[in-house]
Amino acid sequence: MGSRSAEGEQSSLADDYDALISTTDVELLKRAWRNEKAAPEILRFESDLINRVKGQIELMEETVEEKLSVGSDPLSVSLYQMDLDRTLFLLRSYLRIRILKIEKYMFHIRKTQELWNRLSRDEKLFTERCTDDLKEHLESSVLSKLPENYQSYERQSVISEEDDMVPEPRLDTFVLCRSKEYLTGIQLEDGPVDDRSKLFEMEPDVLYFICYKSIKPLVESGKIDLL
Amino acid sequence: MAGQSNHELSLFSAEELEFIAEDEIVDIVPNLKMDPLCLISGDFGPFTPQIVTQVPLWLAIALRRRGKCSIVPPQWMTVDKLTEVLEAERNSQEMSEHLPFHYVEISRLLFDHARDNIPDAYMVRSLIEDIRDVRFHKVETDLEAFDGRTFAVKIKNLSAMEVNIVRPFIGRALQAFYKHDSSDLIPDPERVSDRRPQVAHNAPRRQLRR
Repeated sequence: MGSRSAEGEQSSLADDYDALISTTDVELLKRAWRNEKAAPEILRFESDLINRVKGQIELMEETVEEKLSVGSDPLSVSLYQMDLDRTLFLLRSYLRIRILKIEKYMFHIRKTQELWNRLSRDEKLFTERCTDDLKEHLESSVLSKLPENYQSYERQSVISEEDDMVPEPRLDTFVLCRSKEYLTGIQLEDGPVDDRSKLFEMEPDVLYFICYKSIKPLVESGKIDLL
Repeated sequence: MAGQSNHELSLFSAEELEFIAEDEIVDIVPNLKMDPLCLISGDFGPFTPQIVTQVPLWLAIALRRRGKCSIVPPQWMTVDKLTEVLEAERNSQEMSEHLPFHYVEISRLLFDHARDNIPDAYMVRSLIEDIRDVRFHKVETDLEAFDGRTFAVKIKNLSAMEVNIVRPFIGRALQAFYKHDSSDLIPDPERVSDRRPQVAHNAPRRQLRR
């Protein structure tokens, strides 16, 4: 959980303690879910968190099972079941958004090391199979029948300078975000690089519509949340 | 470059917003005795008749449906408070900060499931609707003031539902400004070779609004 520890160093000890006792894994999962939903590109897979949540779900499933078999109060059993269902929904929804993104940008993800490293082991397997299948499909159904210069699944033709047939996420999408602390000196990667005068600050708990590209590092370090 | 913006993907549905709002904590007065619940989302209870305790909204509604508790409406959901808020909303272009982020969803859930627990329910409901209308009108007039010099929009105290409504519009509008503004994308046939210095020179000077 690199993002959490990095965040912890910044805030005071008291804040840390508060956050620790008030933040459950479900809260963290909800945050990861919202970020993943709002971000245009795929984010780092929260493997530790997901493992913990999975463990808790399994434990709770056993508890519910046990409570049913000893015939304890049906009301409390149904409440445990509801809690379980809510957590399951979050987990499923989180995993599904990631799969949607993978399906959309699979070629791009597979050839970009940085994105590839963000996937879980299962997601990597899935991406590999997906890209292989789609490539084979494109080749056998269309590309092999085209003239020689147009047979690449990545490029329109041999004269293309870049892989112009590979869908990429648009990082200049505008997203809505909120910071927990006062942040200053955010470099807005807006327009040309040489214009360094545009520094931006963010007040805590105020919503900003901003270009995803500019705040990408802050989302990755967990300093700001998307919503 | 074939990627499309994925707004459908990033939007939260009304149900998802409600789901998020259901985690807000409310006070309930149970009328049953029950041991504490050690849930994945936290520990709640113990439940003792007539002793106020705090639970997430979904739990409160589940108990309420079975007639096992009454829900104490949150402090902001009273005729007095809401009248004040409505007044404040009408008198200023700023958004009032006295409502929670999920006020629309919370009030709706409470009206659907615990109407009897809300004193002056009819008044409360119409006040909340008025507040919604006034606030949304303000958001709309704010949006009119948009121009191409905007690279980020700062919004104070906008609620979850309001955010969801304006998100597609603001997002796309800003993106369009961004696109048309970036000289990088405008090909200059005469100076293709030394494009960089020219870009720097024509850099759009944009300021943060409000």
